[in-house]
Amino acid sequence: MRYLPLSDTDRGEMLARIGVKSVDDLFADIPKNMLLKEPVDLPRRKGELEVERILSRMAARNVSASSVPFFVGAGAYKHHVPATVDHLIQRSEFLTSYTPYQPEIAQGTLQYLFEFQTQVAALTGMDVANASMYDGSTGTGEAVLMAHRVTKRRKAVLSGGLHPHYVDVVKTLSDMASDQVVTLPADVSGTEDILSQIDDSTSCVVVQTPDVFGNVRDLKVIADKAHQHGALLIAVFTEAVSLGLLQSPGSMGADIVVGEGQSIGNALNFGGPYVGLFAAKSKYIRQMPGRLCGETVDADGNRGFVLTLSTREQHIRRDKATSNICTNSGLCCLAFTIHMTLLGQAGLKRLARINHANAVKLADRLAGVKGVEVLNKTFFNEFTVKLSKPAAEVVERLAEKGVLAGVPVSRLLPKAGLDDLLLVASTEVNTDDDRAAFVAALKEVL
Amino acid sequence: MLNRQGRPSAPQAHGVSDPAAGMGDQAARLQGDANQLGSGSPGGHPTFTGNKALAQIEPLLFEIGRHDVTGVDLDEPEDFEPRLGGLERKDEIGLPGLSEPEAMRHYVRLSQMNYGIDTGLFPLGSCTMKHNARLNERMARLPGFSDVHPLQPVSTVKGALELMNELGRYLVTLTNMTTVALSPKAGAHGELCGMMAIKAAIEARGEGKTRNVVLVPDSAHGTNPATAALIGFVVKPVPAREDGWVHVEDVKERLGPDVAAIMLTNPNTCGLFENQVAEIAKAIHEAGAYFYCDGANFNAIVGKAKPGDLGVDAMHINLHKTFSTPHGGGGPGAGPVVLSERLAPFAPVPFVTVKDGELTLVENDEDADETPFGRMTAFHGQMGMYVRALSYMLSHGSDGMKQASEDAVLNANYIRASLSDLFSQPFGDKPCMHEVLFDDTWLKDTGVTTLDFAKAMIDEGYHPMTMYFPLVVHGAMLIEPTESESKSSLDLFIATLRDLAMAAKKGDKERFTGAPYHAPRRRLDETRAARTPVLKWTPPAPMAEAAE
Repeated sequence: MRYLPLSDTDRGEMLARIGVKSVDDLFADIPKNMLLKEPVDLPRRKGELEVERILSRMAARNVSASSVPFFVGAGAYKHHVPATVDHLIQRSEFLTSYTPYQPEIAQGTLQYLFEFQTQVAALTGMDVANASMYDGSTGTGEAVLMAHRVTKRRKAVLSGGLHPHYVDVVKTLSDMASDQVVTLPADVSGTEDILSQIDDSTSCVVVQTPDVFGNVRDLKVIADKAHQHGALLIAVFTEAVSLGLLQSPGSMGADIVVGEGQSIGNALNFGGPYVGLFAAKSKYIRQMPGRLCGETVDADGNRGFVLTLSTREQHIRRDKATSNICTNSGLCCLAFTIHMTLLGQAGLKRLARINHANAVKLADRLAGVKGVEVLNKTFFNEFTVKLSKPAAEVVERLAEKGVLAGVPVSRLLPKAGLDDLLLVASTEVNTDDDRAAFVAALKEVL
Repeated sequence: MLNRQGRPSAPQAHGVSDPAAGMGDQAARLQGDANQLGSGSPGGHPTFTGNKALAQIEPLLFEIGRHDVTGVDLDEPEDFEPRLGGLERKDEIGLPGLSEPEAMRHYVRLSQMNYGIDTGLFPLGSCTMKHNARLNERMARLPGFSDVHPLQPVSTVKGALELMNELGRYLVTLTNMTTVALSPKAGAHGELCGMMAIKAAIEARGEGKTRNVVLVPDSAHGTNPATAALIGFVVKPVPAREDGWVHVEDVKERLGPDVAAIMLTNPNTCGLFENQVAEIAKAIHEAGAYFYCDGANFNAIVGKAKPGDLGVDAMHINLHKTFSTPHGGGGPGAGPVVLSERLAPFAPVPFVTVKDGELTLVENDEDADETPFGRMTAFHGQMGMYVRALSYMLSHGSDGMKQASEDAVLNANYIRASLSDLFSQPFGDKPCMHEVLFDDTWLKDTGVTTLDFAKAMIDEGYHPMTMYFPLVVHGAMLIEPTESESKSSLDLFIATLRDLAMAAKKGDKERFTGAPYHAPRRRLDETRAARTPVLKWTPPAPMAEAAE
């Protein structure tokens, strides 16, 4: 087997040194009747060529985003990732290293984490950021738990514009922890009355902008009302590129900002792995979940970096820890920071403007199709359209015509009576030809 | 003279005659570092740059980047009417950029300050730092897997469902369990998923109010009690015994109608297979509780024993350990959870199932025939990791996976047998599974601690073993070589540890207490980092003054 270096001679010599006759003598603690005599009922080993054939055959059964006009978003976005990013994250020293518990030989990881934290803090307009979470949705769950710790209250109010998967993740976690969640109904227009839900028992208000229907939300009023009642505002985003063009959540008064960082540096990957961004006001540092990287010096006085404030964490605090998390999203976080470094603020702003411009162009073209109504007054690179036929059916028909048109709202909210709504996203990858193909196909289907 | 960031271009102590004067901020800073590094390194002549041939010093991105530089060529869009509702950003973001060659060099230099599996032996106990085959990377990057959106029509992702189903079949077969929840994003997330399934099952039985205690042995990984507490369980410890095993009578003593589950790591963190596991499972089940198994150490028994045969109800599998998806400096991981028949109906959405002879994806509770407890994450979990793990499994096959476990156990025992005369074993000299545990009794009176010993290993070119874990052992050293090491690699490692051990016993204290001497950094001051946390770069003071 190509991955296993020991020869039979080696094994014999090693068993002799250990002083046992066979390798099964080392498994003597496994109850005899439970020790397997034969290999399990799965195929035997395969060469590289054969494995590649099997998996390539499976991959070929999927339609990749780059191969068609592509407008699918709703929390994961198709962006161009520079070749440099994927090359660098595959360097052995990044790819095959562990969580930097031995900082003297992990300064590469630690320095990029420190840089990543600085970038995320700047982007979100917050004081501090952690070294990343699994993804935006689990990060949102952790943000709610953090708000409960800070406020010593246990009721979260979730906006009807929060991504339904995020809502489900928060609800699952809260139900299990016996915490209270108030979920507002789906808010297609971005005009819900969330202020009236905030009272003195509210721990946090969770608002996404741009929201899942694409509306750009002003958080200032919500922040003010939350703060009046001693509650925290958790601002969520699922499209990190939007931060290049929109006011930062921090500048609008958010206490915790959490979001999905996939758009920058990371491929679609059918939903994961992604990278959760998590930032907060500095007074809440000690209640933050996840890894934090901090600056220090070594014995010679040279600057270096270490994981820090670990007394919050499970390996020290066990059942009193702020979270059970013990990893971040290392390589995805590295991909994010490399891409962000290549962009810089100049590139990010331009990328964001291109996204917005493409979405505006698409919205204007779709608005001219009979049977299509664009619902949004505001949006960044995604908006909601109302169709004259059920969206799920339209999307299937368009897929047959080689256009991946977007996400039917009914897929996210099956029982909400919103079957005629379609979420449509447009990024820098879309061309005039893509838009023309979409419009032409839609005209045929509607 | 000030550089473009408004900072003096030479360290003040050196004045204008300093050779770095006028060379810009980076050169000046390097000069400062060079003086420091030169003084602290034995036998080295200080260099002007602070670099030492291939060992390069790399400033922070914020010290070399510029706000008007970008490494991505994009054309400004034509004029258009924005639809942002007046919420455009008006302030500067404050993020510098680098051109592509600068970025490439920055990250390559950073990478060179890291130790990885490809660098050398990485015996980090309970972490399973095995070889990461690049075939798996190539497969995960096939556009049919990497460039597919989680919410594009199911009719366009049949191959993705097939892959998830096939991975699930492998995991269920290897463990003899009923089903698998693939979506958890890491081991701790998998634990949470398993414990949520247990909680849901207990609530379905109407015992949610009364069964709220979870038994956790003291030797358990910290995530176990943290997970249980996170969803409202009360954690009751099971004390450690002097033989390293959990005893069935200790479990029985704590069992009652209030006990929901036990969280048992098997093989355990002391490197031993829990030899009373069958009796413990029986006792747990008779008391109406569930058996959660922490599968962190599954690599010892893949193809040798099936957790389902041992009475396990739920077990997470760290794909990044046992099935070699890269650890990536701390993630991303993946923690699918296999479930017994009793817990299977409660598995969270989404999952892949067969309906009318075709694979379908169930994404909402309402569409499930079963009673899912909810959702762990947006979308469908760590697809990129699923591909890599299946690529590993297909490559190894049933015979290769069995061989890998046997070699992992053989390698650990070879180290044990080769060091047992010098190092102390807390539970006596007996066979271990895929990792061997030593304590620090043998270091008594040497003035050398486990930490010092670990840092001296760094100087010898090794990543240290896991230190101070499990907590039940004083000064623990947990060594897991994995099956990826050759005999000659192990022989050199053993010889090195023996040399270090003898040096420690001989009183060569400085070799340890001052270590590492040869790493990119000397020992780092972690106390200082925690006392006054500096968690991001801020512009140095002179810049602010210059701006005024």
